Amino acid sequence: MTISTVRFLLNNEVVTLENTDPNLTVLQYLREKQFNTGTKEGCCSGDCGACTVVVAELIPNKKDLDYKSINSCISFVGSLHGKQLITVEDLQDGANLHHVQQSMVDNHASQCGFCTPGFVMSSFALHKVNSQPSRAEVVEALAGNLCRCTGYRSIIDAAMASSEHAKPDSFTLHYQQTVQQLSEFKALPSASLSDHQHSYFAPKNVSELATKLIEQPSAVLVAGGTDLALSVTQNFNIIDDLVYLGDVDELRVLENSDTQFVIGSAVPYNEFTPMLHDEYHELGEMIERIGSRQVRNNGTLGGNVGNASPIGDMPPALIALGAEMVLQRGDVERKIAVEDFFIAYKRTVLQESEFINRFYIPKAKPGQFLKLYKISKRIDDDISAVLAAFFIEIKDNVVTDLRLAFGGMAGIPMRAKQCEAALLNKPLNQENISAAQQALAHDFQPMSDVRASDKYRMKVAQNLMQKCYLELKNRNIETRVVSYA
Amino acid sequence: MRSLIDINKSNLADTSQSSVGLGGVGRSKKHESADKHVSGAAIYIDDRPELRGQLHAAVGQSTMAHANIISMDLSAVKAAEGVIAVITVNDVPGHTDIGPVFPGDPVLAIGKVEFVGQPLFAVAATSHELANRAVKLAKVEYEELEAILTVKEALAKQSFVRPPFSMVRGDSDKAIASALHQISGEINVGGQEHFYLEGQISSAEPTEEGGMSVFSSSQHPSEVQKLVAEVLDIPLNKVVVDTRRMGGGFGGKETQAAPWACIAALLANVSKRPIKFKLNRSDDMCMTGKRHPFENNYSVGFDKDGQIKGINITVNGNCGYSPDLSDAIVDRAMFHSDNAYFLDQATVTGNRCKLNTVSHTAYRGFGGPQGMMTIEMVMDDIARYLGKDPLAIRKVNLYGTDDRNETHYHQKVEHNKIHELIASLEESSDYHARRESVSEFNRENTILKKGLALTPVKFGISFTVQHLNQAGALIHLYTDGTILVSHGGTEMGQGLYTKVAQIVAEEFQVDSETVGVSSTRTDKVPNTSPTAASSGTDLNGKAAQAAAIIIKDRLIEFATEKYEVKASEVRFANSQIHVGTDTFSFADFVQQAYIGRVSLSATGFYKTPKIHFDRATGKGRPFFYYSTGAAVSEVLIDTLTGEYKLLRADILHDVGHSLNPAIDIGQIEGAFIQGMGWLTTEELVWNDKGRLLSNNPATYKIPAISDAPIDFRVTLVPDDPNREQTIYNSKAVGEPPFMLGISVWSALKDAISSVSNYTLSPSLDTPATPERVLWAVEAMKANQ
Repeated sequence: MTISTVRFLLNNEVVTLENTDPNLTVLQYLREKQFNTGTKEGCCSGDCGACTVVVAELIPNKKDLDYKSINSCISFVGSLHGKQLITVEDLQDGANLHHVQQSMVDNHASQCGFCTPGFVMSSFALHKVNSQPSRAEVVEALAGNLCRCTGYRSIIDAAMASSEHAKPDSFTLHYQQTVQQLSEFKALPSASLSDHQHSYFAPKNVSELATKLIEQPSAVLVAGGTDLALSVTQNFNIIDDLVYLGDVDELRVLENSDTQFVIGSAVPYNEFTPMLHDEYHELGEMIERIGSRQVRNNGTLGGNVGNASPIGDMPPALIALGAEMVLQRGDVERKIAVEDFFIAYKRTVLQESEFINRFYIPKAKPGQFLKLYKISKRIDDDISAVLAAFFIEIKDNVVTDLRLAFGGMAGIPMRAKQCEAALLNKPLNQENISAAQQALAHDFQPMSDVRASDKYRMKVAQNLMQKCYLELKNRNIETRVVSYA
Repeated sequence: MRSLIDINKSNLADTSQSSVGLGGVGRSKKHESADKHVSGAAIYIDDRPELRGQLHAAVGQSTMAHANIISMDLSAVKAAEGVIAVITVNDVPGHTDIGPVFPGDPVLAIGKVEFVGQPLFAVAATSHELANRAVKLAKVEYEELEAILTVKEALAKQSFVRPPFSMVRGDSDKAIASALHQISGEINVGGQEHFYLEGQISSAEPTEEGGMSVFSSSQHPSEVQKLVAEVLDIPLNKVVVDTRRMGGGFGGKETQAAPWACIAALLANVSKRPIKFKLNRSDDMCMTGKRHPFENNYSVGFDKDGQIKGINITVNGNCGYSPDLSDAIVDRAMFHSDNAYFLDQATVTGNRCKLNTVSHTAYRGFGGPQGMMTIEMVMDDIARYLGKDPLAIRKVNLYGTDDRNETHYHQKVEHNKIHELIASLEESSDYHARRESVSEFNRENTILKKGLALTPVKFGISFTVQHLNQAGALIHLYTDGTILVSHGGTEMGQGLYTKVAQIVAEEFQVDSETVGVSSTRTDKVPNTSPTAASSGTDLNGKAAQAAAIIIKDRLIEFATEKYEVKASEVRFANSQIHVGTDTFSFADFVQQAYIGRVSLSATGFYKTPKIHFDRATGKGRPFFYYSTGAAVSEVLIDTLTGEYKLLRADILHDVGHSLNPAIDIGQIEGAFIQGMGWLTTEELVWNDKGRLLSNNPATYKIPAISDAPIDFRVTLVPDDPNREQTIYNSKAVGEPPFMLGISVWSALKDAISSVSNYTLSPSLDTPATPERVLWAVEAMKANQ
């Protein structure tokens, strides 16, 4: 059976957790159990990055480590199993600051200092994989860290200049040892954790997972936890039984064939994005804005689809692409279109004990285009007011196939069927686009909320069709204020 | 006998051979806590070790905007796991009202509630989580009362927290009527959440004889001390408040830190155990005041050149449910309704509207930014009316140097350098060539449009409440030659401690590394003013300097007596004291002075000269001096979605003789981006029941890293000492550059106006979210 422990490296020390409430977050563990208070609590919702820590983990099937920044405030402690946890206290070598820290000092990049440990850790993770980052790469890596004091210029300068004084740090010096230890942890049986009231189980394969869910249908699935954890940290709820998907081998599958991609439901965004980016440029760039790097290091496709939010960004994109998904219950699989997964607000076809196994995303054929538009108040790390995903096939200037899917326009992510009808098998011209814009008003009755009014949602959705038309007509005109989505 | 510390063995670096001049005023010293910030070693209140028996607090909150409390059943709360103490206002031994200036802020609700989120009762439990779970179990019955939720309703019902007030110069109605042109307009200016990264937090520990030791993340420890003493009904000398550093303040911890310290103290008093009270982020956002939203209007008369002849401006501040600091905040909005422009005949009226929302409070600029928005709108509106570049209109209206230099509150604008400053920025930013290329871009592009704007800032420095313009400091010299300075100012990231250490080091001509700055404590320096109004360094730097001079004079006197030299022969330089032909290290001489029984500790005091203001007549000199600057912003907008991006920003700002250029530039950059956030993406949304919907960082968007312009050029006006005798002739820097962010808003309007070929002046309320920008673009198209 399983051992009731979670084992990981805290910096270079082996930690074995037993008899612990699995609702404990990594941030609480650090501050309240280890008394390491360098990692700060800013929002407890994964939005500010003050709690950023780095986890090093083995790259599957390789003897290499990947260094990932994550929000410790919304990561459950069980997810550390088999990994190395690195915090801001671990970077310096005796009295000498790490070069990413020293560069922050030299560039006057801290004022009140409360966000600083988070920036240091995001910058550290970046420099572990990219020692000479460009400004754009720095901005992408630090977009999940908010600073209210500096205006960011000094922080960007610091992160870009860090490599000037770079020298091997303790993580580089202990690299092989870390690889060895993490490999040993990996070989351990499935991890679990309990305080006798609440349980946590991390199956290592689909069969274990399926069996567990049949036995305990009330168990709550957690992958990245970037949404689920808010129920614990914001609403002070307690989850009785957690099942962690990140260790399930089959759910981490990534395949890239001639005709399609296969993406396991528990693959974090940052692992599958590069592959999609090559095929669908706008999708790759839109994903960069879906959430911060910290969120994308943990967040998964299965999570974004599974929680069935009307404002998730991936569902409209997947629907537009005609993606399919495989659901599994026990040892029975069924394959459905992503479009058919959603029934109503936050309701899906998922049955008791059933889970999302993997996704199939078809590749584009000649004449097919994917256009994506993410409309939000802020460019970085903001939930969309409207997400428009247009998949269009054009032959001889006639629209021969199309799927126009929207997020933020209805209680579920869905296609604009009347709008599509106005364009299908018709020439792509202004007259037909205008008709399609009119039809959109019959497809949706959007609502007003904190992000936008109903009128803006409709107007901008219609205008995006116009923009898409102009972009398809003339690939060279400037139409976007940001270089992506 | 105790032997003195061996100087040679002490770990002080010998800097006497250093080629660099000591002291440090004017140099870009790193922030005193920089190394600690980056290594996680800087201790904030939540990082302090848990005390034995420490409990955690939470409060139950009103769910109604305006209601009588019929009953409050707390039995389930009391019975909840981990709960040790539950208190209501009936458990408060002393004052139940903690209004900072005027009454109106009950520490816990007294019979009725006036906003959603108002604290009803407080709980102490064995963990933060248990306390927060317990407060949800209360059963509260309300009798709903009519709530006022808009400024228009408040004005219609004359619902004010303080009486209206006007500042008048000349006869504005007559001047407007007889001017060549007249226009009028109105604007809604949104509020702003402070979003300090460290939320509100306090801890309280009972001490002997019923006293209380308090740690508070507060900009105003003396006020926390006073209010804690009052709610506990104990004298001030039994309460000590300690503030080492805040993780950001921005005005949000001037008065808003006190309630949580008071509640922690009340719970500590009841439970006889230490209490920590940390607000959850969303509770912080719902329960603490914000920048005041304003609804302003104007009518103006001007000549053919666009020069203002007369103007009426009304600023209507949404103050929330209580006065808090709103009287002075709306005053400052009125004081800054001119920004850098001569209004000539002017009537400026301020209304302090009472609404059933959280009580709005101090925020960087303190009403000044909301006042300035109206006049900057006037500049743009006149420009479009006359078909001129808005910069030309701004320049023709600037205060003069010899004439046209009296404000609407009758203070003379002296030492006015704004003309040269703008001219210099026009040139360095290449304004006119870029104006051309923006026009060309807009001719060639239909979907995307560019906008460009230059806006100035003139901001008055001093608390407009005269008695707050005082400060104290305490300096100790120890026998190893190190110095410890305490002062009444608090450190919130602005670098105050660093600057004060530089000032003291400069006075003694020692390395500022040997000057320690202790946490700000009410038992070190009493009766302090808030660290606010950009005045931290002006006031506390001067007080520290005064204390240093007292000790220096004692050392000089001792030297003249011991070595029989004249005072002029005693010189402090390079961590040494030169006495006639003898030279001693600073530490050596301090030891001699100690043996010679010289007092090596002194307090210093400062009060700002020259200032006065008579509110009855609306006349006076409320400001010691003005701080000025200007910014040029260039934006790109999408006319189909309203999305936009700041492409480039050029700033030229005057800080007088900079005490620390790196810190000053950091303040300017940070203030500009925060000002831009206020006017663009930071939208506060309340529903029709008075509940704040934008109550977390997922729904309230402060600028993130890619909002910083790729091309960001910030320059200090080359060393130009303040003509007033401020500390080393520097100028305050905290708030003034916040208002440089107005250039982004004006540039957005410039881009929108291009859709009408610059014939129409867009109405653009703030924050100018993509949605508001799109509607403004649509309005241009509709009126074509």
